[in-house]
Amino acid sequence: MAGNHNDYMVHRAKILTPAFYVLLFFTVLGFLLIAYRFVMGIGAVSNMSDGYPWGIWIAYDVATSTAFACGGYAMALVIYIMNRMKYHPLIRSALVTSMFGYMLAGMSVMVDVGRYWNAYSFFIPSRWQPNSVMFEVAVCIMAYNVVLIIEVLPAILERFIHMKDNRFPKLKHYAMIIYPKLDKVLIFIVILGITLPSMHQSSLGSMMIIAGSKLNPIWHTELLPLLFIINALYIGYATVIFESFASSMAFRRPFEKEVQQLSKIIPYVTGIWLTVRFVDLYVRGQLSSAFAGDFYSWMFMAEMLLILTGTYILMWNQYRRSPRMVFIAAMFLLIGGGWFRFNVYLIGFKPHGNWSYFPSLPEFFITIGLVAFEILGYMVLVKLFPIMPKVHGHEASAETAKAH
Amino acid sequence: MSDNTLFSTGLHRRDFLRLTAGLTALMGLPYAMHTKVAEAATADNRPPVIWLHFQECTGCSESLIRSGHPDPAALILDLISLDYHETLMIGSGHQAEKSLEDSMKANWGKYILVVEGAVPLAEDGIYCKVAGKTAVDSLKDAAEGAAAVICIGTCSSFGGVQAADPNPTQAVSAASLVKDKPVINVPGCPPSPYNLLATILYYLTFKKLPKLDKLGRPEFAYGRRIHEHCERRPHFDAGRFAEQFGDQGHSEGWCLFKLGCKGPVTFANCSVQRFNDVGVWPVSMGHPCIGCTEPDVMFHTSIYDKAQIHEITPPDFYPNANPAPRGKGADPVTTGVIGMVAGAAIAASAIMANKLPKGGDDEENKA
Amino acid sequence: MKKTRRDFLKTAAAGGALMLAPLSASAQQEIKADDEAVGMFYDSTLCVGCKACVSKCKQVNDMAAAPMPGDSDRVWDAPNDLDYRTRNIIKLYKDEQDPTKHAYVKYQCMHCIKPSCVSACPVSAMQKEAGTGIVFYDKNICIGCRYCQVACPFNIPKFEWPETFPKIVKCDLCKFTNLKLKNIPACCEVCPTNAVIYGKRKDLLAEAKRRQAANPGKYEEHIYGEFEVGGTNVIYLAGTDFNNLGFPELEQESAALMSEHVQHTVYKGFIAPVALYGFLAFVALRNRKSVEEVEHEHELEHELEVEIEHELEKEKEEKEGKH
Repeated sequence: MAGNHNDYMVHRAKILTPAFYVLLFFTVLGFLLIAYRFVMGIGAVSNMSDGYPWGIWIAYDVATSTAFACGGYAMALVIYIMNRMKYHPLIRSALVTSMFGYMLAGMSVMVDVGRYWNAYSFFIPSRWQPNSVMFEVAVCIMAYNVVLIIEVLPAILERFIHMKDNRFPKLKHYAMIIYPKLDKVLIFIVILGITLPSMHQSSLGSMMIIAGSKLNPIWHTELLPLLFIINALYIGYATVIFESFASSMAFRRPFEKEVQQLSKIIPYVTGIWLTVRFVDLYVRGQLSSAFAGDFYSWMFMAEMLLILTGTYILMWNQYRRSPRMVFIAAMFLLIGGGWFRFNVYLIGFKPHGNWSYFPSLPEFFITIGLVAFEILGYMVLVKLFPIMPKVHGHEASAETAKAH
Repeated sequence: MSDNTLFSTGLHRRDFLRLTAGLTALMGLPYAMHTKVAEAATADNRPPVIWLHFQECTGCSESLIRSGHPDPAALILDLISLDYHETLMIGSGHQAEKSLEDSMKANWGKYILVVEGAVPLAEDGIYCKVAGKTAVDSLKDAAEGAAAVICIGTCSSFGGVQAADPNPTQAVSAASLVKDKPVINVPGCPPSPYNLLATILYYLTFKKLPKLDKLGRPEFAYGRRIHEHCERRPHFDAGRFAEQFGDQGHSEGWCLFKLGCKGPVTFANCSVQRFNDVGVWPVSMGHPCIGCTEPDVMFHTSIYDKAQIHEITPPDFYPNANPAPRGKGADPVTTGVIGMVAGAAIAASAIMANKLPKGGDDEENKA
Repeated sequence: MKKTRRDFLKTAAAGGALMLAPLSASAQQEIKADDEAVGMFYDSTLCVGCKACVSKCKQVNDMAAAPMPGDSDRVWDAPNDLDYRTRNIIKLYKDEQDPTKHAYVKYQCMHCIKPSCVSACPVSAMQKEAGTGIVFYDKNICIGCRYCQVACPFNIPKFEWPETFPKIVKCDLCKFTNLKLKNIPACCEVCPTNAVIYGKRKDLLAEAKRRQAANPGKYEEHIYGEFEVGGTNVIYLAGTDFNNLGFPELEQESAALMSEHVQHTVYKGFIAPVALYGFLAFVALRNRKSVEEVEHEHELEHELEVEIEHELEKEKEEKEGKH
């Protein structure tokens, strides 16, 4: 099967489930706290300080969650560049996850920046600052958000085209006009959707190079961009696996066999990453401090242990055949990969002058609220639009998008 | 009048020069200027001064005649020509009123009008009358021919005690009623007499008003807060405060800020010029400054309320160059909640993993 | 088309090389101060800790006071460190063993020759003035991302955390206030002992060296700021180790330069991203073609398009029919 609208289906199910209400509660709580932040200032809700100017809103919501949102990127790379078309059915749900993940990052940045009303500065050429890694990341992520929306658009258009009752005749009309045109150029957008994450995922690593002496030498290296992009890839695959199993469980769908085959790729990627990591530590003479036994060393070893365990599991064919083991390995890689990013952005960051940081409760619940919103959006979207891979041999029970 | 007049009436040349040099310094002028100030003071045309009393306690006059350099006689007879002053003049009744009229006529446009006390406006000003004339009318008539008006004391400058809430006579400051003449406020309850003398001599020397602040007070006297030159200031900087009257700190001479001292918000030279020629002032006696030169402080805030310091300054201790741990760290509740959420996430994952089939291809039939 | 493992590795390697190759290039360029660069020279041994500079700085730059925590009467302006109300501060070092040994130290922006904050700022809100080398901030451009705070090795830029509409606060050598009016920063103007003086960096550096030579044994050999992170326009002399005075021990290399080096080699002329896009497009299009050929995918793709065309025509006819 190749890339085709016929691969997907609308997951027909009740939207207002108990899970929906739980997520809604956290979303509302998060947004209330965000409103409070916009009235009372950042200091009123967060524990950030002049020593730790970036807290979990950047370390998790931007640096880590965009990696979790790299499923779309990682899948596009496998499908279109490595020509594994059999994975094509997985891409839409991966893209939707990516879209929500990046939206979360974007929203979180708007909560985090102090002078958000000046954000238009990014569109004024005289203010561009090409030396700034942040400039590149910001522009790139904004562009990628647009790309992701365009990539998800066909799913939404198909839904309107196949709408049986003529509730929205105008929408259906425009959808029919746009769809073929979009279909022709979509491949170029998709490739842009591979190029942009390559750019900003590496730059997310470059971003912390300038922290210089404030970042522990275990993590401060010129190779941060390379480490981050490879890290984004294996986290991306792990997310696809996690998301596939999670929706299979939650929506009571059969397991997608493709993901287990996909897991074969991961050890190669993590292998490259681990090699780069250790060679870099060795060349910079930091291997001894990485295993010195102090706090930072333990953090490093935890990161390594998680990733090595995940890699080890997926190296064995017998484990790869077991959905449970694949899922466990994916969890290890998600946590380990995220741990690495946390280490770079927060844990390994030690400014001069005896500062400390731990997120405050409101700060934490703003992040939880945004994540809840992300999951909520995903759950609603897959029940409205043809996003989930089509269940083969189950057409009778599951109404497909293409049903006439 | 001969050149000698001044000295023959008791003010010795040495004393006189000391006075003018002192006043020159008070005005913030260079020392060399004191000869010019002396010349102005010895010039034949001693400034005619008309002094009007309205709603007041005569404390300002009392303060003036208690200045020792010069003594009151020399001041009234030699330095200035005090033509009309209800408490100090010899004449009374119609005689006194006549001298006022004569002096105004003779020196029309040249005399300095000194006003002591506030002016009531309620019911056409009937609450203060001298010789059947209301204070408003007297002020209006006298101000018309004056070269400049000096409001001495807080009452005439800002209204003072009778203008305090509820102000039954609707008393207002004299300064607020005189619109077409230069007005100098010399507030204080009472003000330092030297501030008045220095103002008059400045005017005579330079034929212009001294530089005034935005409340119309001469800057040379009211340019700085008394806090800036207070002898108790080191105690303030070091955090040694008297907490109540008669306590250990109070008897040790510590800072009176916490007893309600308004020094940090009061612009005046009391802590430098001091009173009664013996170098005393309220704070040196152990009483907090009541902020009598400030229109918004005295009669508007309680004497014992702590002042709100606007331009606050560093203390005399230092932050450590190697700071103690800081930044908002973890608290038990937050750690607990985050731990619970993380635990729940891991537990959920574990449950999911557990529900997932362990085996290989055999689960294909499971839907 | 079946891809082999070899193909996979080839693709991966090509992508990796694209990212990696430029990184191995050239060492750091040298950072050099402008001849006209101005700065300050603080001699800790001359400072008497009067804090006139702290007060004057606040007055001139219209900064709010920073009362101590718990000081509800707002008695003192007693900041514990530089903060959003304090651009300049005097701190004290006391020897733990021998309390008579002490030294004052003044903190403010170091005005780096290669400032990390300027390099980090995405929208040019942090700028370095050409010639004078003054590092200053424009709140009208700033988006409040605080990347400058992350980047600064000295932790100088401060953020107004409690404010609803916050900004960054840092010393700008009184560029818009005292320097503009009186040609000297406020702290240097009021210092009664000339412990901090203002001038051209090269003159200040010469003066520091002269003092060291004239008073053997009085000063530490180290002139702080001469080489730190590529050199700063504010330099320090002290009679005690700079560690004691709370200064970070820093490399001579500038992290800003390292970051720019990485960023510019990856993004030089935007060649790498464009090349990556081209390469990916080439591979993807070739793949798609082969897929279409092998799996006769084409027909399927057509199905929906034909259907859409059909429906659109039908709509058109309906419309015409109505008219």
